[in-house]
Amino acid sequence: MHQSSVRRNVVAWLQAGPMALVFLAFFLIPLLFVVIVSFWDYNDYEMLPIFSGRGYTDTFEGCLQQLPEFCTILRTYGSTLKFCFLVWSITLVIGFTVAYFLAFHVRSKSWQIGLSLLCTIPFWTSNVIRMIAWIPLLGRNGLVNKALVEAKIVNQPLEWLLFSEFSVVLAFVHLFTFFMVVPIFNSMIRIDKSLIEAAYDAGATGFQTLVNVIIPLSKPGIVIGSIFVITIVMGDFITIGVMGGQQIASAGKIIQTRLDAIQFPAAAANAVILLAATMMIIFSMTRLVDIRREL
Amino acid sequence: MSKPSDNKPSDSKRSGKTSGISRRTMLKGAAGFTGLATGSGAITGFPYVMSAEPKVLRYLGTGVNEGDLIGTQCLKDTGIKLEYITATTDDVTKRVITQPNSFDVLDTEYFSLKKLVPSGNILALDAKKIKEFDNITPVFTKGHLPNGKKIGDQGTAPWKVLYLEGKNSKVFSKTPTEFVTLIPTVYNADTLGIRPDLIKRPISSWAELLNPEFKGKASILNIPSIGIMDAAMVVEATGQYKYADKGNMTKAEIDLTMKLLTEAKKAGQFRAFWSDFNQSVNLMASGETVIQSMWSPAVTAVRKKGIPCVFQPLKEGYRSWATGFCVSKGVSGAKLDLAYEFVNWFLSGWAGAYLNRQGYYSAVLSTAQKSMEPYEWAYWMEGKPAEKDIKGPDGSLLEKAGTVRDGGSYDDRMGSVACWNAVMDENDYMVRKWNEFIAA
Repeated sequence: MHQSSVRRNVVAWLQAGPMALVFLAFFLIPLLFVVIVSFWDYNDYEMLPIFSGRGYTDTFEGCLQQLPEFCTILRTYGSTLKFCFLVWSITLVIGFTVAYFLAFHVRSKSWQIGLSLLCTIPFWTSNVIRMIAWIPLLGRNGLVNKALVEAKIVNQPLEWLLFSEFSVVLAFVHLFTFFMVVPIFNSMIRIDKSLIEAAYDAGATGFQTLVNVIIPLSKPGIVIGSIFVITIVMGDFITIGVMGGQQIASAGKIIQTRLDAIQFPAAAANAVILLAATMMIIFSMTRLVDIRREL
Repeated sequence: MSKPSDNKPSDSKRSGKTSGISRRTMLKGAAGFTGLATGSGAITGFPYVMSAEPKVLRYLGTGVNEGDLIGTQCLKDTGIKLEYITATTDDVTKRVITQPNSFDVLDTEYFSLKKLVPSGNILALDAKKIKEFDNITPVFTKGHLPNGKKIGDQGTAPWKVLYLEGKNSKVFSKTPTEFVTLIPTVYNADTLGIRPDLIKRPISSWAELLNPEFKGKASILNIPSIGIMDAAMVVEATGQYKYADKGNMTKAEIDLTMKLLTEAKKAGQFRAFWSDFNQSVNLMASGETVIQSMWSPAVTAVRKKGIPCVFQPLKEGYRSWATGFCVSKGVSGAKLDLAYEFVNWFLSGWAGAYLNRQGYYSAVLSTAQKSMEPYEWAYWMEGKPAEKDIKGPDGSLLEKAGTVRDGGSYDDRMGSVACWNAVMDENDYMVRKWNEFIAA
């Protein structure tokens, strides 16, 4: 008995080992380097391995003096959080609805699989191409504006359709709703149908069943989907750059500008700040739902 | 500057492959083979074995000078195979600093030298080994036109950073020496691009970029070191401030410039910012913007779509840039000779004519002229109406007969340069302020 448990332990370690090594070599060690470099000094053309908090102090420059106004970094994170919240809530509603439809309205297994495969079709082309495809549609002389003007709904082309917060959110929702659909769908198909029947038999309305049975049981899927969407939006600078006309700041953009100027320690410091902010959000979400228990 | 650099997606792969075999192992291999061969007495043709080493140069640059046609012609004329590694200016600089052994020949801009030279990763070339060095236009060596007219020297003007004090020096020399940081190849004068059909009135000043008349229809580059120069041109044009050196601002001057830009941004002046060639073309061609910072070939690209676009000369002058060649510090011996052979070929005319036909200027005008038709020279360089249709280097029609080049002759354009692309002493502060401007 004792021997077999030791053996099982060894086997478990061997099984987890390769992944752990990959994780260590390609994630933890590089991350450690990023943290170390973030405390180095720098000049115009090289990193100086001298301890310095300059990367951080420069990043938070003027944050105290400018109060009550927000400094660059806080404004940037403010706008990123706003995008996070908007995209998260919209993708959640759409993703939940789609998953609900797939899980409860589509009866046959093969249709379920077929339809969920259909959802993946947009992923056959690259993110950037799907983003750029919006530009001729939403532009000042784009298809949407032409249709609106010709239908006499508006007199002048709408300017806010493109290179605005609207277009950024639209592109995010278009690109990432699927990341909500899959985990939620995955949680939903595992809900025992007899629970729903029981709720129905007990006299619950459709809405009550949704709120009291389906949503609580879909929670792990919702949390996993939310983590996907939030981490992507927090780190994104390409979508915000392309759809926002490069006029909207993002944490990723700050890192990129610093890298381009060969200010690696400052870029590393910003990367650490971004990581910390994202971790805090995810940590508080996992506080709400213990994913491990629910899985 | 990120010139059209997305043309060659496979370059990184190609360069990765070649960097696996270093010159040293190649030589060792060749020497070993030679020893074996001569020892056995089977082969006496020693030079034959040496020439079996392929003539290959890994060429890192921004795409301005990297045409497939240039590569083909170079192989034909000299037997040197160019392996292009194309990147944006910022990425080129990053690569020189972090991976100096990943390339042989470097093609980069003069303003990057303020970062590259102190890093010690580039090797200055010897002017004595450059055949055409004395024929290089005085724009680079003395800061004036061939006709003697002085050129604006604000910013990182090439003649300020052209020479080094010694072979391995990290200090720029104020007087000519034989050690040249970059052998110049190409340069141009940049200004605003406009859509005359949508503006419908003459534009003559940089100040128009922030004119509220074009609210929501203007754009500027989102490359801090160049964007702020354009902004400085606007500030001076509106008469709000006169800089001692637009290319080397004090912190207070940076604050002032960014404040003006930020106010304009908050008032909705800009439709979008752009950071690469294609974005600038699309913004203009789709009518999202009617006035913006632009590069000459991008204007040509808009016109090729049948949309009117003008590279508008302005009374305050142009913001100029220039690029040239040097080699990695890791290059020596036979490979270095190869690099000299290549640079000499590049300045010998064919490539210069190729660049001139794109609207850029060649560093050695005399050789480029010999490789161009007189009517082409008259159109591109002398500002005369085209006698025949003007074709691009690839043979496509650029302009119909009778048109005159925007901005006129070489002397008119280069003579009106007000400042050069620059890296400021306060670069770090400027980058932070630029981030603030984007976040505003």
